[in-house]
Amino acid sequence: MKKIAKEEYAEMAKRASPKSHLVKNCLRAFAFGGALCAAGQALVNLYQSVGLELQEARAAVSISLIGLSALLTALRVYDNIARYAGAGTLVPITGFANSVVSPAMEFKSEGYVMGIGAKMFTIAGPVLVYGIVASILYGIILYIIGLF
Amino acid sequence: MARRIGNYTIITENKPKIQGFASIVGKKEGDGPLSEYFDAVHDDTTLGQESWEKAESRLQQEAAEEALKKAGVTEKDIQYIFAGDLLNQCISSTFGLQSLNIPFLGQYGACSTMAQTLGLASLFVDSGAAQRCMAVTSSHFCSAERQFRFPLEYGGQRTPTAQWTATASGAAVLACGEKERPYISAVTFGRICDLGIKDVANMGAAMAPAAAQTLTDFLTDTQTCPSDYDVILTGDLGAVGSHLLQELLRRDGVEIAPYHNDCGLMLYDREKQDVHAGGSGCGCSAAVLCSIILKKMVQRKLTNVLFIGTGALMSTTSSQQGENIPGIAHLVCLKS
Repeated sequence: MKKIAKEEYAEMAKRASPKSHLVKNCLRAFAFGGALCAAGQALVNLYQSVGLELQEARAAVSISLIGLSALLTALRVYDNIARYAGAGTLVPITGFANSVVSPAMEFKSEGYVMGIGAKMFTIAGPVLVYGIVASILYGIILYIIGLF
Repeated sequence: MARRIGNYTIITENKPKIQGFASIVGKKEGDGPLSEYFDAVHDDTTLGQESWEKAESRLQQEAAEEALKKAGVTEKDIQYIFAGDLLNQCISSTFGLQSLNIPFLGQYGACSTMAQTLGLASLFVDSGAAQRCMAVTSSHFCSAERQFRFPLEYGGQRTPTAQWTATASGAAVLACGEKERPYISAVTFGRICDLGIKDVANMGAAMAPAAAQTLTDFLTDTQTCPSDYDVILTGDLGAVGSHLLQELLRRDGVEIAPYHNDCGLMLYDREKQDVHAGGSGCGCSAAVLCSIILKKMVQRKLTNVLFIGTGALMSTTSSQQGENIPGIAHLVCLKS
């Protein structure tokens, strides 16, 4: 085989590799994600109508969506929806629930401690770490701004 | 006794023959275009086991036992077994084959394992170091996903270049003998080849240069050309890797397109089965070889086949540390 520079091969590989359908994926994510948020709002209204305060209703919606995602993950349905919805189910709180429940299910075979316990946050862990770090930083910035 | 020609190729002299072969696959593979050629299809991909690793071990054990049965021998007649898989420390092979009680040589060639084990087994037989040897390998979609990617129920999307790890196992029994059987006439073990691909969702692109290199080495050493063969069969380059292999060889003025096929493209119906760029995994090339290809060779519908197992030699650690994906390809020349 004739020598080929890595840059030239990278170019060749890029040409040969089909790209993800950006428009299709965005439209699906918009449709699913939008529907999910609309359903969330409907739930807020429902909870308010049965007497919860706005703050309480919002917390109840988060709990409901997390519970529903966990249930659909356990029933092995969630991944089939997410295959089409993409970011539509990944970005909302549903994606977070799925990312915790799915490794917990998967690694049960390694036991409750080293399996479920240790592996449950393999996907969600980095999100938690950097989410908390970011919120601390913003808190400090807000505090400093508040001093003046 | 085997002898070397050129820089990289070994020619066998006593016609090590494939006396028996078997392929056992999962449901998705059974739903594919090759379903009629497999020895067994398991609709339950757990195979009644409590873990995916055990399921894969069981797959390998069944393939080995079926190949022994079809060769008309028992495990006591086999002197060495060469086997490997994708799981860390090759546990599918260890746990699947330990009950056979045959001297065991674990192999790791990633998805090129079938060609690697077949090549080594044939050379052991050809040299007289053994009368009968076995080559076995497997992969399981679910055990590979949890080791290399995400949990099964994780809701992610795959890129169009990603490939689908086959739930499949293939096994072959090799021995010299009178009976007319497909035999291994030459083996070229490949060199590690790295052209800088890092995308683990594009293994075809990472492995294509290795396949091109090994095929070129073989053709140069044997002074043959692609048209001398019925099929040049690569292991699991998929759609992207196959295209790149053909393009790389075209730069050298070698056209393989009319003779080339890829096990990863044969195993599934890519339009209907949502496997993106095609199949992959040790079991992919093993099951395709140990079903349609060898059956057609027994019937002499194919008489001269180049089987090139292709592997991506990265691990989750090397990928996370940002290293390239080195490729490997081993070639076995089969005749009947």
